[in-house]
Amino acid sequence: MEYKPIRKVVSGNYAAAYAALHARVQVVAAYPITPQTSIIEKIAEFIANGEADIQYIPVESEHSAMAACIGASATGARTFTATSAQGLALMHEMLHWAAGARLPIVMVDVNRAMAPPWSVWDDQTDSLSQRDTGWMQFYAENNQEVYDGVLMAYKVAETVNVPAMVVESAFILSHTYDVVEMIPQELVDEFLPPRKPLYSLANFDEPIAVGALATPNDYYEFRYKLAKAHEEAKKVIKEVGKEFGERFGRDYSQMIETGYIDDADFVFMGMGSLMGTVKEAVDLLRKEGYKVGYAKVRWFRPFPKEELVEIAESVKGIAVLDRNFSFGQEGILFTESKGALYNSSAHPLMKNYIVGLGGRDVTVKDIKAIADDMKKVIESGKVDKEVVWYHLKR
Amino acid sequence: MNTLFGKTKEEAKPIVLKSVDEYPEAPISLGTTLVNPTGDWRTFKPVVNEEKCVKCYICWKYCPEPAIYIKPDGYVAIDYDYCKGCGICANECPTKAITMIKEEK
Ligand code: SF4
Ligand code: SF4
Repeated sequence: MEYKPIRKVVSGNYAAAYAALHARVQVVAAYPITPQTSIIEKIAEFIANGEADIQYIPVESEHSAMAACIGASATGARTFTATSAQGLALMHEMLHWAAGARLPIVMVDVNRAMAPPWSVWDDQTDSLSQRDTGWMQFYAENNQEVYDGVLMAYKVAETVNVPAMVVESAFILSHTYDVVEMIPQELVDEFLPPRKPLYSLANFDEPIAVGALATPNDYYEFRYKLAKAHEEAKKVIKEVGKEFGERFGRDYSQMIETGYIDDADFVFMGMGSLMGTVKEAVDLLRKEGYKVGYAKVRWFRPFPKEELVEIAESVKGIAVLDRNFSFGQEGILFTESKGALYNSSAHPLMKNYIVGLGGRDVTVKDIKAIADDMKKVIESGKVDKEVVWYHLKR
Repeated sequence: MNTLFGKTKEEAKPIVLKSVDEYPEAPISLGTTLVNPTGDWRTFKPVVNEEKCVKCYICWKYCPEPAIYIKPDGYVAIDYDYCKGCGICANECPTKAITMIKEEK
């Protein structure tokens, strides 16, 4: 069948819901939380209209949502949920169970600031707080990437048996409408065949216990297996991203998407919708003679260390834009990237700009101002101040 | 008695994994609890009085462990390797045929 995309004008949340539908998820367990609600409402609508054959489990909290997803996934079902901020935090304990039991659940997290003060706007601290749960994380720049991300996440997750989170920005993507090219169902089916589970609780001929006790004699080896699966995932992500590109024209074979990198003095690095603005700014800056590029981190877990080293080798500086913060230290992507480069030969000048926390707008003007600041760093050859709270009212 | 999925207690062997490659990909049960008695923490143990037992098997249904078996003569037997002494059987028995008595070790 020849690929002809179906163009729909949808919000980021609807893009996520359509992707779940097209991935033929079998079980959805969810609890509504702003700004995720319209994802699961849309899925409920698909079911009510008879468009989808999905077991929908409404639960009383996100902790239960993830518990139900774990149970469903352990029987071999393709399982989906979505959440945001405090809801994701409430799932935290269960996220470890999902990854540890090697269940390829896919979840959309709508990036939202953690309270207090109460906020429903965009901020990456919620998803990055789940960094060490063993989940993979894909950050979408726009609605198209939300849709594509969910489909690819299932394929990667089910290949390596590790759950994956597809992350989109609150409101900036979740509630903003844009054209999304959707893939006809038959072609999605070819790309994403039914799941082949590692094991199934529903196999009554070979009863098993999942996640049962492991003494110090066995625990260590299981952790190693999960760590290896993440390493393996890097390879699978690139293959799946390449295959996606060949089939549907959008290439995701790079875990870090780059632009203007070859002759750039420095690059902006960041994740998510923020990078859409950065790309726009970089286009304009290039016209004004700035030698800048961008490096958009698509997959934060597994961390694309090797790709980052390659980028770092070719530039003098990296401006890391973090829409998140680890208290007592610095922006999370900043820490991660510096750590990744430590034992490499690449040591670009790195400066951390904390931007847009709690949904504060990050504009092209801001990126230009940061470019000017970064230019000074490159010219002087030293980082004046490692971490800057760029948007602070002074 | 005590056959679980075709294995007897005598046949069951603990599984010892020597290298990481021998481990299953996911932490699923590495073997059978047949080799791993779970009844050694009991304080009280159930004792069946066959004179009162009417073979209703309510105890067998309620026991949360693989600890009650039906003997060929139709009466119930307790497997103390797995009985944790919770007393559910004694509580549920309609004829009070089961009493919990203090374990002597
Ligand atoms: S519940 Fe009581 S009467 Fe019924 S089978 Fe068990 S011991 Fe016998
Ligand atoms: S005491 Fe509890 S575990 Fe033991 S036989 Fe009775 S119900 Fe089963």
